Amino acid sequence: MIMIFGIPIQAFLGQLLIGLINGSFYAMLSLGLAIIFGMLRVINFAHGAQYMMGAFAGMLLLTWLGVNYWFALIFAPVIVGLTGIVVERFALRRLYNLDHLYGLLFTFGLALVVEGTFRYFYGSSGQPYATPEILSGGVNLGFMYLPIYRGWVVVASLIVCIGTWVLIEKTRLGAYLRAATENPILVQSFGINVPLLLTLTYGLGAGLAALAGIMAAPIYQVSPLMGSNLIIVVFAIVVVGGMGSILGAIITGYALGILEGLTKVFYPEASNIVIFVIMALVLLVRPAGLFGREA
Amino acid sequence: MNTSTITSTDTNNTGTRIQLALLAVAFIALLVAPFVFYPIFLMKVLCFALFACAFNLLLGYTGLLSFGHAAFFGGASYFTGYVVKELGFPPELGILVGVAGAALLGLVMGFFAIRRQGIYFAMVTLALAQMFYFFCLQAEFTHGEDGLQGVPRGHLFGFIDLNEPLNMYFFVLGVFVIGIFAIWRIVHSPFGMILKSIRENEDRAISLGYSVNRYKLGAFVMSAALAGLAGGTKTLVFQFATLTDVAWQMSGEVILMTLLGGIGTIFGPIFGAGFVVTLQNYLAASSFPVTVLTGLIFMICVLVFRRGIIGEFNASRLGARLGLRTKQ
Repeated sequence: MIMIFGIPIQAFLGQLLIGLINGSFYAMLSLGLAIIFGMLRVINFAHGAQYMMGAFAGMLLLTWLGVNYWFALIFAPVIVGLTGIVVERFALRRLYNLDHLYGLLFTFGLALVVEGTFRYFYGSSGQPYATPEILSGGVNLGFMYLPIYRGWVVVASLIVCIGTWVLIEKTRLGAYLRAATENPILVQSFGINVPLLLTLTYGLGAGLAALAGIMAAPIYQVSPLMGSNLIIVVFAIVVVGGMGSILGAIITGYALGILEGLTKVFYPEASNIVIFVIMALVLLVRPAGLFGREA
Repeated sequence: MNTSTITSTDTNNTGTRIQLALLAVAFIALLVAPFVFYPIFLMKVLCFALFACAFNLLLGYTGLLSFGHAAFFGGASYFTGYVVKELGFPPELGILVGVAGAALLGLVMGFFAIRRQGIYFAMVTLALAQMFYFFCLQAEFTHGEDGLQGVPRGHLFGFIDLNEPLNMYFFVLGVFVIGIFAIWRIVHSPFGMILKSIRENEDRAISLGYSVNRYKLGAFVMSAALAGLAGGTKTLVFQFATLTDVAWQMSGEVILMTLLGGIGTIFGPIFGAGFVVTLQNYLAASSFPVTVLTGLIFMICVLVFRRGIIGEFNASRLGARLGLRTKQ
């Protein structure tokens, strides 16, 4: 048996894969948080709840309407994105001129309501979501067994992350967004509808969270609380990366996911807290975050 | 503005008298309350009220939103429970251990957290508290999911039997009054003034030569210690310490109590705590999920009345006549 640092290579690669998958979700979620924060200056505490809503939307679409995974990948984010748009339009918008903390508190309340409601109707236990036919099973890579669905999640999340990065950094719409982040009043005076941009941004962020949720559904079970503990870890990741850059959020997400996976191999007891420890260390060395600018 | 100065000081004098009268009435009510209401419920309210006031010392008077105060409340709860149950400490010493432990925890968490401001401060405290939660989940002395059960109340100063509900109530009331008085003193001291100046304009406080970070850390530690006082006392009341007290939901709850009652008012958090605890008591019997209602109140507070119940009252005409309206 091949060993790496005294650990069987299968176990090592297995945890590495799990880390990579967790990292995929971390990256997608912190990306959404960074986009929302960049435009709205709101820390979206409901991000975890929206992730959970995405998973539930996928599951309910399947059980009620027989919509399969592939269509759910489109519809679940759209549905959750629309709810996000409603929330922004009728509530969040009123908070922009106040201390940013009110946005955090409002979305915290929203997360409690959403999670409490789902828990009331579906209980706390998880419900399975079948892996789509074509992606079930696995391939033997010779040195390890790779479940196809997990491979798909890693690839798909990379595509989503890169796609979002391209959208924001390389397209005209993205240019408007970035400009409006820098100076909303000036951009508005050029005739661009900034309030609409803000609404769409929140919808996009919520949709991204939901997309992560439906992708996570076959791996983790669909449960009302699947997002609430995750979001705290994602917050720590965002602190590590600094919310200044989209690419920074993506890289930090993957890196910390992998690091967490490796910790599980070498020192399992610390795997729950390793990301928080890293956060504390980064605060000591570089308070603004690895990719952040001092505000 | 100028013409009203004289009249306002005039009403302020009668105002102060009315305020003192209100305070006396409230105190008498607290003395009589255990003969009317269920003492355990009242003690729970008092513990959470003190917790919320301690939290408000940081949010209301220093302008720092901590999303991790459960760590101090629940941490102290474990420390007190452990030394009282396993090491046989008397109750008063047990609570002091809880306070000291919470203060130490506050020193460590505050050291990291004050490196960031505003929204990041909230996220950092949340993450650090979550880390402490995982520590409590895995540590030996907390008994993980089971929690510390059957913590004895013991005898206060060796001769007052705290198993007697009324004795326990008056002990908790004493702790509560001491805690509130401490907060009142801190807020009205020169130190408290500097905290408020940091809240109002941090850059200017720095330019005036104050080492703002030290003041922030000081406030953080004091707030943590007082939250610990509440947590330790709570352990003796309920005779157990569990993971619920260190979970992030608890941090959210104390924010809600403070927000609902009125951020930056002395009595707001007490009111908010009373309201939330009563609500939880009523809903505990029904199947209606408490979190939904808590979340709704959160959203309504943020959207509609950010000053909270007491804050709105103080700002109202009646509040102004009682001299409660703040000068800003």
